[in-house]
Amino acid sequence: MDKLIVSPSPHIHGKESTRRLMGDVIIALLPAVLVAIYLFGLSAIHLVGVSVISCVAVEYLIQKFLLKGKSTIGDLSAVVTGVLLALNLPVSSPWWLILIGAVVAIGIAKMTFGGLGQNFFNPALVARVVLLVSFPVLMTGTAFQAPVDGYIFGNAEISRAAMDATSGATPLSFVKEQIAQGMTVSEITKSSGLSYFQLLFSAIGGSAGELAELALLLGFIYLLIRKVIKPYISLTIIFTVFLFSGILYLVNPERFMDPLFHIFSGGLLLGAFFMATDYVTSPMNLKGQIIFAVGIGVITMLIREFGSYPEGVSFAILIMNATVPLLNKIKPARFAKEAQKK
Amino acid sequence: MKTFRMGGVHPADKKISQNAQIEKLPIPKTVYISMIQHLGAPAVPCVAVGDKVKVGQLIGTPTGFVSAPIHSSVSGTVKAIEMINDLSGRQVNTVVIDTEGDEWMEGIDRSETIEREIKLDAKQIVERVKECGVVGLGGATFPTSVKLSPPPTAKPTCVIINAAECEPYLTSDYRVMMEMPEQVIIGGTILMKALGVNKCYIGVEENKPKAIAKLKEFCGKYSGVEVVTLKKKYPQGGEKQLIDAVIGKRVPSMGLPVDTGAVVQNVGTAFAVYEAVQKNKPLFEGVMTVTGDCSNQQRNFVHRVGTPLSFIMEFCGGVPAQAAKIISGGPMMGKAIVNIDAPTLKGTSSILYLTEAQTKRKEESNCIRCGKCADACPMGLEPYLLNKLGRASMMDELEAHYVYDCIECGCCSFTCPAYIPLLDTIRQSKAAVMKIMKSRTAPAPAK
Repeated sequence: MDKLIVSPSPHIHGKESTRRLMGDVIIALLPAVLVAIYLFGLSAIHLVGVSVISCVAVEYLIQKFLLKGKSTIGDLSAVVTGVLLALNLPVSSPWWLILIGAVVAIGIAKMTFGGLGQNFFNPALVARVVLLVSFPVLMTGTAFQAPVDGYIFGNAEISRAAMDATSGATPLSFVKEQIAQGMTVSEITKSSGLSYFQLLFSAIGGSAGELAELALLLGFIYLLIRKVIKPYISLTIIFTVFLFSGILYLVNPERFMDPLFHIFSGGLLLGAFFMATDYVTSPMNLKGQIIFAVGIGVITMLIREFGSYPEGVSFAILIMNATVPLLNKIKPARFAKEAQKK
Repeated sequence: MKTFRMGGVHPADKKISQNAQIEKLPIPKTVYISMIQHLGAPAVPCVAVGDKVKVGQLIGTPTGFVSAPIHSSVSGTVKAIEMINDLSGRQVNTVVIDTEGDEWMEGIDRSETIEREIKLDAKQIVERVKECGVVGLGGATFPTSVKLSPPPTAKPTCVIINAAECEPYLTSDYRVMMEMPEQVIIGGTILMKALGVNKCYIGVEENKPKAIAKLKEFCGKYSGVEVVTLKKKYPQGGEKQLIDAVIGKRVPSMGLPVDTGAVVQNVGTAFAVYEAVQKNKPLFEGVMTVTGDCSNQQRNFVHRVGTPLSFIMEFCGGVPAQAAKIISGGPMMGKAIVNIDAPTLKGTSSILYLTEAQTKRKEESNCIRCGKCADACPMGLEPYLLNKLGRASMMDELEAHYVYDCIECGCCSFTCPAYIPLLDTIRQSKAAVMKIMKSRTAPAPAK
């Protein structure tokens, strides 16, 4: 002992660190990634690999050459964005599409605002929406068919069935089209053979991360156990969607799909578990979080049932992201009440 | 199980010195008795260089209502009265005494017998506690007699003995409960009598089952005394949190604890009150822990106030090679020691050695807005926001977000995954805002 450290209290720190939290999110996303790889083999590896590498590279280069600061890739947040971006893209995405997504997510949505913690919108979702609007053909419809060549060790029967059943469309867009053509719900389910089993066990077309709802649930439970997130936002979104679609379903079951279909299809669970719970772009206090989550649920259902897009989770989360600074003005419950004036 | 209503963190317990019995520390050749050992106005020396003093003799008189007298902890000759550095490096007026023998003042009962009957009345108790220089030993060292003289508007309803000892490592309160349980309970009944209340709760955290059992063994004999087992959560021993945990009432912002009816005293204080009232012994000794993961000695001592910390460290085999930070107090709210030759004070509760790995601050990174600081804040504040406002010196905004409610427990800094030293900023901002608020209520200067 030559010199003693002297600093104000507290003198110890909990085990939590940004890197550890981000690492936990990556672990929580692994089941969904593994399911995508199981179903689509090399093309899924390609998608996740390119996405993660580009996101990390973009952050590193911007930090080094534009912001001229210390490298921040060690906090693993770029890896999280990379995995989330991959899970939001169709498995068939070409490498350049993924790269554009990474530049938009990290370059525009994150680093422009000052890097981690400073952005208003969820980077992966901004990228998804930009790509959806700019390259609609690559992001919808037949894009969800996986290239059969790239498929190596997956279960051929399940993934073929998935492709056949949906003819390259997601269940949401399929149902929406059919209803627009005047078919009733019972006719649709009869002719397509859609079942909850398929929704739950990944046998339906969609973005890489929309395939396996059970795998997402597993990741969500891991995050809860590790106390990385609290369940309020996710559960409120799901409950709101359940309530909203349930009312519609009760009003007219032949025009509207039932609540379970809405919860288990599309990006709802991916959004509710992993996108809406993003620390940076969700409110800090419980009241704000509940309003935020109800908003996401309502907007999602409005777009799904009454908008022109079949799916609305991304838009709903981004719209509610914009309200976060306002929602953060809600003060948390205070311990001490003001003393009574004597 | 009871606990406070919001926030809190769970640092690892680390009570590695809990089984070490309290030993008597040898008396050093020279003691340095500081005139600032309490919150409030410093005491003024009432002895001169060359005077012979006895153990327990008054050597510093209080100045003002919130102040406390200081007594000599040794017998010997006053060698000097000078400014010396305290453990933080501040200059403090100090009486330096060369020790000769160990001759106590007459009238101090040094026997081991437990005096159960309380002969003094309420007024005499408060007077005795004041004369004996008893101060709060839980950390703040607020003069106990002041707490026992609540303003006429306040109506005390109960005494709460703070036995939470929620800081990691510290075991001095635990040892006092294990070895002097009945004296602590008698101390509680004395406090009840002084305040004219008939209820005394002893709040102990669940991680001290033996102490709980010990106290329960005796409290049946004393009416109104009840042991309350609390959940283990930091900062349970914070006065506001403890009152909330035990009686479910909240101290108002900027208000006094007694506004809830509760008067809180630490275990060590209750014992000091017992010694003052039943044994006529002024407060010149204290129980402290010497501990740390890197230390091969885990001990609890009774020390004479004014013993140099370095003397104690030497007595315990010297400073461990791996120690990078030495703390007086707990790791959450204690003070880092700047000057290891500084003397112990009435309120000194420990010498804690931490290694570099345990205590070195990591470089801060961007706030990720996880909200963990707000969840951890036991006062329901928003530390991330206060930190931002504080760094921008936005005083009005800081006040609007109740920075003055902060109890400086450190839960926010402890929990922050980005390693932002939130409390550093908030502590400074709080001081600045409180100063402004005070100047506002002060009478306008005469024109």
